[in-house]
Amino acid sequence: MPQSDLLPGGAPGAGGPLIRFDGVVKRFGANTVLDELDFTVDAGERVTLIGPSGSGKTTILRLLMTLEKVTGGVIWVNGEPLSHMRGKGGLVRAGEKHQREVRKRIGMVFQQFNLFPNMTVRQNVTEGPIHSLGVSRDEANQRAEELLDLVGLGEKIDAHPTRLSGGQQQRVAIARALAMRPEILLLDEVTSALDPELVSGVLDVLRGIAESTDITMLCVTHEMHFARDVSHRVLMFDQGKIVEEGPPEQIFGDPREERTRTFLHAVLDHG
Amino acid sequence: MEFFIDRFPLYLSGAGVTLTITLIGAALAFVLAMAVGVLGTMRNPVARGVATFYTETFRGIAALVLMYWMAFAIPQLTPYEFDPMFAAILALGLNIGAYGAEVVRGAVNAVPRAQIEATIALNMSWARRTWSVVLPQAWAQMLPTFGNLVIELMKATAIVSLIGVTDLTRVAQEQRSATGETILAFSSALVMYFVIAQALILGVRLLERRANRRLGRAPEGGSGLLALLRPPPVTATGGGR
Ligand SMILES: Nc1ncnc2c1ncn2[C@@H]1O[C@H](COP(=O)(O)OP(=O)(O)O)[C@@H](O)[C@H]1O
Ligand SMILES: [Mg+2]
Repeated sequence: MPQSDLLPGGAPGAGGPLIRFDGVVKRFGANTVLDELDFTVDAGERVTLIGPSGSGKTTILRLLMTLEKVTGGVIWVNGEPLSHMRGKGGLVRAGEKHQREVRKRIGMVFQQFNLFPNMTVRQNVTEGPIHSLGVSRDEANQRAEELLDLVGLGEKIDAHPTRLSGGQQQRVAIARALAMRPEILLLDEVTSALDPELVSGVLDVLRGIAESTDITMLCVTHEMHFARDVSHRVLMFDQGKIVEEGPPEQIFGDPREERTRTFLHAVLDHG
Repeated sequence: MEFFIDRFPLYLSGAGVTLTITLIGAALAFVLAMAVGVLGTMRNPVARGVATFYTETFRGIAALVLMYWMAFAIPQLTPYEFDPMFAAILALGLNIGAYGAEVVRGAVNAVPRAQIEATIALNMSWARRTWSVVLPQAWAQMLPTFGNLVIELMKATAIVSLIGVTDLTRVAQEQRSATGETILAFSSALVMYFVIAQALILGVRLLERRANRRLGRAPEGGSGLLALLRPPPVTATGGGR
């Protein structure tokens, strides 16, 4: 398993929470998906987001990755406003330059992997470091080799992503995200597009990363065993609001809210 | 047959001129199509305005009239005079480039949103994303229509015969007036045009095959040289418009 110099760590000594949602509102047209949402995540914390489909979990991760813009409120990352920047007379909407700066801290793994089909596995993993971080090609290659070994795909480094199974593609996508040395890793149902027999391979890789690093994770998943094993805290969402939150033992073992109970029953019946 | 064999060198040099105009015109059209097509996908309204202005202008002007204008009006308006061949290449390049730009714009916009989001998650700049993710993926989709456009351009090169360039069509006309063998003179030209078109089609299909292989897609209709000669499925191509 990797040493701490291979994988990035938590936030550099910043006191307060690493991530702070401050009255965040997100609307799509007339549909209010997040309504004045407040929550914080500490550096090194691993948080799992659960809740029924449509409750806004993906939207939260996409807002953090700057794939969506907030309708209202502010998201803070390490004390910097993500969607805004400090301008004259308060916060103004962030420009592209500011977003690229804050985005450096954040990596994301998607449900559908989203590997680049016009590149080999190696190029997928080195493209970001070389061109976004300015890492030398040699260094990026070396890191790609290490990370692909870590996810068990060292031999596939020069393969074409379309030749890999879904599980292998997702592990490449994890390596690609980690190659950017993010402080925050966002995982959006990363196993739900996979055939059942491929799920555990991907989850094992993520468990290894969780155990051996203090990277901050926000994870949306229906894999309740995995959530119980790796997360420090579980947030239960319904209709864009946090219904209940607590350590996994409590949420899964002794949920207080009726809404959480019915949701967990439904998920466990299907899983 | 004898007619053709005797005059083969003449026809060949005419075909050479036709092919030269086609290739240089296609290169110009390609550069314009890429540049303007990408401009048309940008968020910046000025960039989009420039792209719209170019495509709307040059799609609406007949290449023939544009060529006449450059060959005959420019010398009267300015102290400069265009070489007829240059005027033709410019007119054809500008005209086909306008169609090509629309093809590029469509192909770029058809790259899945998820791919763009992956580049954002990797914090790539717009330029880097366009160069290393968007255009390589859009390329495979552009090629079939580009193939049609290059054939359109090749056929349209016959307009140069009207301003004194000795291309394949001009050679045929000259041989007809010289010999009175109307059928033979033009049939020979038809055959040569056909051969050039087939060569161009084959070239584009090779590019298509390579592009699809790079995206990890199997070539359509099996592999091997024979597969290249088969026409592609009708639905796959956009048509020259
Ligand atoms: N791009 C979008 N346009 C319009 N509505 C959207 C968009 N993305 C998400 N939504 C809506 O936002 C709500 C929350 O979606 P999402 O965050 O994906 O939920 P979850 O991930 O919890 O299933 C849903 O009602 C969904 O229809
Ligand atoms: Mg979701």
